[in-house]
Amino acid sequence: MNKLNFKEKTNINLLMYLAIIVVSVTILIFLDMNKFQYNYVISIIEKSLVYAVVALSMNIVTGFTGLFSLGQAGFMALGAYTTAILTIPIASRPNVYYMNGILPALENAIVPIPVALILGGVVAGVFAALIGIPILRLKSDYLAIATLGFSEIIRAVIASPMMDKITNGSYGLKSIPGFKSSLECFAYSLICIVIMILIINSSTGRDFKAVREDEIAARAVGINLFKTKELSFVVSSFFTGIGGGLLAMFMRSIDSKTFQITLTYDILLIVVLGGIGSITGSIVGAFFVTAGKELLRFFDEPLIIGGVQIPLFKPGFRMVIFSILLMIVVLFFRKGLLGGKELSFNKLMKVRRKKNLDEPGGNA
Amino acid sequence: MLKVENLKVNFGGIEAVKGISFDVNEGEIVTLIGSNGAGKTTTLRTIAGVVKPTFGKITFDGKDITGAEPSSIVKMGVTLCPEGRRIFPDMTVLENIKIGAYLRDDNLADDIAKCHRLFPILKERSNQIAGTLSGGEQQMLAVARSLMSKPKIMMLDEPSLGLAPLVVKNIFEIIKTINDEGTTILLIEQNANMALRIADKAYVLETGNISMEGSGKELLANPKIKEAYLGKKS
Repeated sequence: MNKLNFKEKTNINLLMYLAIIVVSVTILIFLDMNKFQYNYVISIIEKSLVYAVVALSMNIVTGFTGLFSLGQAGFMALGAYTTAILTIPIASRPNVYYMNGILPALENAIVPIPVALILGGVVAGVFAALIGIPILRLKSDYLAIATLGFSEIIRAVIASPMMDKITNGSYGLKSIPGFKSSLECFAYSLICIVIMILIINSSTGRDFKAVREDEIAARAVGINLFKTKELSFVVSSFFTGIGGGLLAMFMRSIDSKTFQITLTYDILLIVVLGGIGSITGSIVGAFFVTAGKELLRFFDEPLIIGGVQIPLFKPGFRMVIFSILLMIVVLFFRKGLLGGKELSFNKLMKVRRKKNLDEPGGNA
Repeated sequence: MLKVENLKVNFGGIEAVKGISFDVNEGEIVTLIGSNGAGKTTTLRTIAGVVKPTFGKITFDGKDITGAEPSSIVKMGVTLCPEGRRIFPDMTVLENIKIGAYLRDDNLADDIAKCHRLFPILKERSNQIAGTLSGGEQQMLAVARSLMSKPKIMMLDEPSLGLAPLVVKNIFEIIKTINDEGTTILLIEQNANMALRIADKAYVLETGNISMEGSGKELLANPKIKEAYLGKKS
């Protein structure tokens, strides 16, 4: 009875998710057909999708494994640069590297976009594996400081003159092929998100959660702490790298300044706001933060009431408003909007069913 | 089966265990009793490999396991059911049970059924979040989780901690059943009365040293023990 019930529940959830996907695709097709009219909306959606991928990948390490890592921007930079270098059309490369020229080995190196994205993830994952060996022995704040430092080192190296022929130093990279349509962006993000959800819900994901909840108990059942942490860190960084690649495609031109610490904070904000340890929270949070920042642009415009210009309304003010909103969320929803729980249709159904069935103690 | 020789452990800068020796034979229930800070928990954690000893030797089935990785110790059949239950509160009851079998890759169905037979309440609560269980149920879950690694010897750290007397009785009955079904038990307890009643052999630990040993019955009858641990004037 219990088992049957469970199966039924999963099916409802799955159906609802499929329905959401179908609706999203329909909306995106509509938007794509009216590209010129909805350009702004499309760009917000694409940015949200990319941020959702990165936020969920950060949630794997921060929310599900309990490791406070602030290296997101660094891993995104690795993924973004790898993707960019391998996908800029060969014809436009002399234009991109007009100052210092390009490394001969890279001159004709071009791969299809999906391959480039995966390679970007692999590069980020390999770096994560290497730095994970020393730094994953650190705890909480110290781990955050170490990963933050790593992220800044990556940025500094990318911008350094020694890397001119590969990363084009401080001039950055441009002419990166973008998404042909918002559906393409949706497809890449969806694949990443689905794979991450599968990992989180697998037995590996269970090990991550065990490490998060109680290290001693986890060791007592025989979980190898270091291996589990390292795995989580590498998986997270792999998807962060892909997210970086997607960001490069979204922005179409990147430089080292794109990957400053503020980028990590943006992602952290999404994770915290959505709910640490909540998959749906990260996804909803990504849309909430990205769209919110855009909608608040109203506060950046000069505002004149009765011939008097209100002094506060100038560029940058929206961030003040945004920060206040953030403080409100942190104060009143301490665990984020979804707080470790998942947005689930089962629960919605349950509430409905409870109303329908007057069966005291019916479901165990 | 399990042999501890002259074990010394430093914990937080002080020597918590000052050279103790004891052994556990197959099929026995052995208990270490003693007050707070006697070094009981440290001893168990050292055997489980979570804490490293400074001196001494631990052998299990003739193999030296001193300072080995916890995962390899669990694999050999030594499982710790830690103090304060330490279940994973945000996972479901079933997930908690399953994670106990972390190092196994064979079929778990039989053992899950065994846990459900021993603890019927856990079957009812399979899909409940473990943190919402009562204290006694959480302790049962912790024991069930430890059982899932198919231990040859199960080390229980204060299973009666913070539980109502009736629940304590229930837990001890189950420990006895587990022992009857072939698992050796090493139990540490502040609740000396209950522990001594089911123990084949008992050791009294005082500030890092073993001060007394004997069978459970002997110690129960010992006037010194009665006064110090059982709260009875002889």
